[in-house]
Amino acid sequence: MLLLSITPRYLKVRALPLMIVAPLLGLVYIVLLPVLGAITIVPLMLWRAGQLVRQAVRGDSSRHPVQRTTGINLEVGVMEFNIPSDTVSEFAQIIEETSGVDINVCYQCKKCTSGCPISYAMDYTPTQLVHAIRLGLKDLVLNSATIWLCASCETCTTRCPQELDLVKVMDTLRIMALRTGVKPKESEVAAFHCTGVANIRFFGRTFELDLIRRLKLSTGQFTKDIGLGIKMLKKGKLNLLPTFRGASTTRRIFAKVKEREKV
Amino acid sequence: MKYAYYPGCSLHSTAKEYDRSLRAVCEKVGIELEEVKNWICCGSTPAHTTSKLLSLALPLKNLAEIEKSGFREVIAPCAACFSRFKLAWHEIDNEPRLAAEVEGIIEHKFRDGVKVYHPLDILSNNMGLSKLTELVKNDLSGLKVVCYYGCLLTRPPKVMEFDVCEYPQSMDKILQALGIPTLDWSYKTDCCGASFALTRTEIVLKLSHDILEAAKSVGADAIAVACPMCQANLDTRQEEIEKKYQTTYHLPIFYFTQLVGISLGIPAEKLLLTRHLVDTEGVLEKVR
Repeated sequence: MLLLSITPRYLKVRALPLMIVAPLLGLVYIVLLPVLGAITIVPLMLWRAGQLVRQAVRGDSSRHPVQRTTGINLEVGVMEFNIPSDTVSEFAQIIEETSGVDINVCYQCKKCTSGCPISYAMDYTPTQLVHAIRLGLKDLVLNSATIWLCASCETCTTRCPQELDLVKVMDTLRIMALRTGVKPKESEVAAFHCTGVANIRFFGRTFELDLIRRLKLSTGQFTKDIGLGIKMLKKGKLNLLPTFRGASTTRRIFAKVKEREKV
Repeated sequence: MKYAYYPGCSLHSTAKEYDRSLRAVCEKVGIELEEVKNWICCGSTPAHTTSKLLSLALPLKNLAEIEKSGFREVIAPCAACFSRFKLAWHEIDNEPRLAAEVEGIIEHKFRDGVKVYHPLDILSNNMGLSKLTELVKNDLSGLKVVCYYGCLLTRPPKVMEFDVCEYPQSMDKILQALGIPTLDWSYKTDCCGASFALTRTEIVLKLSHDILEAAKSVGADAIAVACPMCQANLDTRQEEIEKKYQTTYHLPIFYFTQLVGISLGIPAEKLLLTRHLVDTEGVLEKVR
């Protein structure tokens, strides 16, 4: 009330010019300044953008601050790290030589783990496994359950921003584990692959009943899935007899592969 | 159109209905298939987990036989075989030394090679969908289907060069051309657990449960597949999954070729619809 009673007189005498100036000033601040700013900044931005595009097209990124400080090559889709060779573990080098995949391009973004349908059951996530390889932890990697639980579904390989073919690395690790006599952490899975290969060698085409028989003999789980097996037999989903078609071919191929892999 | 045909082990045993329905559909639409003589197993997962050379020699031996018999194109309906063929060819295509080694093992030097197709590619691209629409005999517009492509058909995209890797459309387009409504869903290319069915069954049960659950939640009556492993896991393990997760699905798992066959008016006995463990009749009865 006090304020209301004193304002009219005050306004009449001294603040009349202010009443006109203040809204005008407000207008300048709200409307004109941004417009003026835009007029000056937009051309600047366009000029800079053009400069960057020209640089990208020319492939001249030498002036880019990211490259200057980190050595990361921004010209290609995949970042290449300039890692000094003496910091790369021997194990990572062996993996690269046998699989052709350079594990050191990984920057641990965890995209492989996020997409992996089986990471929940693994002892080390795919991302951790890659890091372990980089650190040279050969025993940990080859003794992990992860290498056997990978279903080779190609999700990680498809999504990796660094185009690291993790499925190829997994294959290499499994083969390495089998050849160096490491006892597979997931022995049944490994047994399945080994019996599968023996089955193909012997019959030329997979003969499921023998595959199941061999698997049961090696794992000792004789009663597992018996009910389902009987149902499938009733539906005619399992052949009762093998064909042996192509068996001579597969045996010849297996012999030649074995010969070459010995060397 | 005439193609070499590589059925693979599954299509001669667990997935005979895929083989029969594909042959019947191809006959109907005028695609001639000639089965590769004395084909051998592509090696599948056991080969690539135990030996790199073996994983290349087995599929490439088959491609060599196909090339020798004068074909330039082959149809491989099993997603695993399709994937192994493509991966093996990609591998030797980029490494001449490896190519020479494998060619020594399989006793054949490739000239131009063989292009490997999946029947989805043939029906949706090579043949033209309008031809399918013209041939429709049975109305299946009441059957809501989700298309499940599985993990291997489109991945990795650089090698497979087929469809959109994260959200493929070819099967949807084929079924839609026949008037079968297909639903959008999030599990088109998720893994079913594949070869763990006999060893780490609980992984397969979990992953297949997620897929069935997703299909049910969008209101599907059935799932259409293009891979014998996906079909086996979702169909033969469905009862076990229902028991474990205390739920009911009754979702028949059709090979897409069976659905194409039904709408083209191919008799049910030719499509082996009774070979499934989850009953297919109930759903089809409802539609008719």
